Amino acid sequence: MQWPQDDTSSIPYRLMSDPAIYQREQDYIFKGPTWHYLCLDAELPAAGSWLTTSIGETPVIVSRDEQGNLHGLINRCRHKGALVCAEQRGKSSTLRCLYHGWSYHLDGRLRLVPFEKGLEGKGGMPPCFNKADHGLAAFRLSVYHGIVFGTLNDNTEALEFYLGEEMCAHIKRVFHKPVEVLGYYHQVMHSNWKLYMENARDSYHATILHAFYATFKLNRLTMGGGLLVSPNGWNTMNYSIGASLREGQYDSTQLRSVMSDIGLAEPALLDHRIEFDDGITIAIQSLFPTCVHQQIYNTLAMRQVIPQGPGKAELHWTFFGYKDDDEELRKLRLQQANLIGPAGYVSMEDGVIGEYVQRGIAGQGLDDNALLLMGGTGVESVTDSRANETTVRGFWKGYRSLMGETL
Amino acid sequence: MNNLQLRARVEQLHTRYIRVIDDDRLEDWPDLFTPDCKYEITTRENRKLGMPLALMSCIGRNMMIDRITGLRKINVYEPHSYRHMICGLEISEDDNSITCISNFQIVRIMHTGAMSLFATGVYEDRLVDNDAGELRFAARTVITDSRQTDTLLVIPL
Repeated sequence: MQWPQDDTSSIPYRLMSDPAIYQREQDYIFKGPTWHYLCLDAELPAAGSWLTTSIGETPVIVSRDEQGNLHGLINRCRHKGALVCAEQRGKSSTLRCLYHGWSYHLDGRLRLVPFEKGLEGKGGMPPCFNKADHGLAAFRLSVYHGIVFGTLNDNTEALEFYLGEEMCAHIKRVFHKPVEVLGYYHQVMHSNWKLYMENARDSYHATILHAFYATFKLNRLTMGGGLLVSPNGWNTMNYSIGASLREGQYDSTQLRSVMSDIGLAEPALLDHRIEFDDGITIAIQSLFPTCVHQQIYNTLAMRQVIPQGPGKAELHWTFFGYKDDDEELRKLRLQQANLIGPAGYVSMEDGVIGEYVQRGIAGQGLDDNALLLMGGTGVESVTDSRANETTVRGFWKGYRSLMGETL
Repeated sequence: MNNLQLRARVEQLHTRYIRVIDDDRLEDWPDLFTPDCKYEITTRENRKLGMPLALMSCIGRNMMIDRITGLRKINVYEPHSYRHMICGLEISEDDNSITCISNFQIVRIMHTGAMSLFATGVYEDRLVDNDAGELRFAARTVITDSRQTDTLLVIPL
């Protein structure tokens, strides 16, 4: 299969459901020169704490050793390949495989092999067996302002270059002081992982599919805002400047009067506080390949997509605030959580829209292509209009450069 | 009030609750709560970690009314309905209110006919009499056993 165009304005639907493509992504994207969001530093506060996640389909552990250093380890015992840590998170002085009890230090070094010397001098490992050669496979981590990324590839460029200057600036904007995780959502989507990543970058759909935004005038394409694209095109950010700021001083009563026309019984649902002095009320940052970092009013969250076959993906949300939130701000964040997640007024539709595509492209659709022509065919930052699919084309630019010209 | 009478009243409220949801009379759902009630859906994961994030959180009956407005007029999703099974009511009473813990199981039926086990978990309720002497939820916390939500959650559990 060939790409239909020289640019990324036309995308074969087959990429969303072909098992061979899916397998190739595991090698070229997930084991390729890419950085993957794994967790927040704040989730592993103490020595001995660890959590499990995955990079594509590869199961991984992030652990903190006694010295406070973080380690990225492949979650696969070097003996028979079993998961070493099966639970989501834990705290322990060693990591021990259930199967034959091989036990590892928190930095991955092999610590103990039961019956290494055999029983009464018989059996056991051969004399040449050296535990130092059989630690858990480690991979590179990079922590940027409290966000932990990992890469399975030795050739991946430094994280800051990978993200690009503008993307780093936005991460610093949100992660400017210590954060505290307030909870998780986990959402199963019956669609290809890339459909969610396209969706998260797509400012065109936001005010159309998500009627809540338009109904309550929270986000309209006519508002100020823009689409930022990293130099290589892979990482992007969609943002909008809030109406209340644009129309003058923020005034919650004014906002409420706008809503009372619609008949919200409890307008306090949308109370919010301006936390950033740049006036940005909604910022959705997508980091190639599977990470989304969001600010929607006072809701702050990381989203991570885990592919689970060509037609299924799981979306993990990590919702956070700042350690020094006052009580009222904390309450606002939790109240606004009604906007996001699987039951979010704003975001629930994203849980199903990929599935609509997945079902729509079945059968004959596999020979057809998606059109991404809004705003042209290029991949570059746009600050004068958000009726533009440049950020979606940016995702495909990254994808195409890794997957190659012949699919 | 003796225990049997109390149990009958609590069961009646639970029965009304599952009827309004399963029969798609959702506009009547907030009426089963006090005006300043709290309705919240969270997961056992968040609960176990001591984290306050909820999937759905309504402070006061008006926020519940808005959830129904959203479901009817604003949000878009594929038509579906629930069938609730509730059992194991554990009821206790003190001077001011009644508490009840119960198990639930919810099957989701899509418009296509596809059925799946959508949620199981526990209701933690605080119940009070309203001015007319009818039992109402002052607080209902829905704790789902699984941390996963399949596709989306729009109809209250």
